[in-house]
Amino acid sequence: MSEPLLGLVTGFLFGFLLQKGGVLRFDRQVGALLFRDMTLVKFMVSAMLVGSVGFQLLAEAKLIAMNHLAMNVGGVVLGGLLYGCGWAIAGYCPGTAVGALGEGRWTALFAIAGMLAGAALYAEAHPALKVTVLAWLNLKSLALPKLLGVSPWMCIAGLWGAGIVTFVWCEFKKV
Amino acid sequence: MRRRGRDKTWNPYLAGALAGLLAIGSAYVTTRVTGRTEFLGASKTFVRVSAALERAVLPARVAKSADFKDERLKTDWQLMLLGGLFLGALASALTGHAFEWEGVPELWRHRFGPGVLKRAAGAFLGGAVAMFGARLAGGCPFGHGLSGVMQLSVSGLAASLCFFMGGAMVAKYLSRKGDRYE
Repeated sequence: MSEPLLGLVTGFLFGFLLQKGGVLRFDRQVGALLFRDMTLVKFMVSAMLVGSVGFQLLAEAKLIAMNHLAMNVGGVVLGGLLYGCGWAIAGYCPGTAVGALGEGRWTALFAIAGMLAGAALYAEAHPALKVTVLAWLNLKSLALPKLLGVSPWMCIAGLWGAGIVTFVWCEFKKV
Repeated sequence: MRRRGRDKTWNPYLAGALAGLLAIGSAYVTTRVTGRTEFLGASKTFVRVSAALERAVLPARVAKSADFKDERLKTDWQLMLLGGLFLGALASALTGHAFEWEGVPELWRHRFGPGVLKRAAGAFLGGAVAMFGARLAGGCPFGHGLSGVMQLSVSGLAASLCFFMGGAMVAKYLSRKGDRYE
């Protein structure tokens, strides 16, 4: 199977699961941010827990190559918080905006248009950000096990522990 | 607030776990087929589309932009992933009787009223801020969130926390002001 076709099939299955999980909707995205409807968190964290085990097994068998995105501290923290501010108002992330459109939420088109504008705006701001926020502290590509000096499986156990505590909290609070 | 049973959704733990399996399978298969591991992500494609659009209007400006000049639209894995995502969500919604032509989400209507223009403006502005932030952070909730955390990347874990914290703060602020954001 060719690379684009592979992407299409993977995307189809992923979009199907996102829709079936009920996480594409604005109400669910913002509901999670308000801690009132944690469907999105249950979906995402479940995926993370399962994926972390599989990725580690595949990486140890040298069947995949991990690719850690750069940990540029200023960029990740400020950009991440800024992302959150926009997300709470748009109610979609780039991927779920595309999925929400497939579900018939047509104003997601405006979110998509806004995201394209945001990318262009960032390109304009990039030279200034490069010598300021992005120049503060760049830890580059960094994995948690390396940072902590422990086995990846310890980190995965910790991730599962945190995930299960989150799930228990959600079920206990009935959110 | 919870409106279960209005449309037929699966157990989110099950759907999420299946998405995790899909991510694992996809990483394995892309490595086998292309020799390079592809991870779920979305924002890079938005950058390429945005750069291509701007290049059509302002080619000289794009040529001078360090961030945009090398970004070209191509039918690569991630672009097709997003195309597939649209079709998969559409297929699921249609077959599950969950497809709804909706402009103003319920939660938004409770807080900001039924105006479509207001919602469109909110979606546009929110989307612009979100993408600016995602670019600064170096990824979106798929790239940093799902793929990053699955790989135990420090950046993915930190970004996910920041995404959620920023979002929770703004959502809380909006909800308190109106007291009807529910």
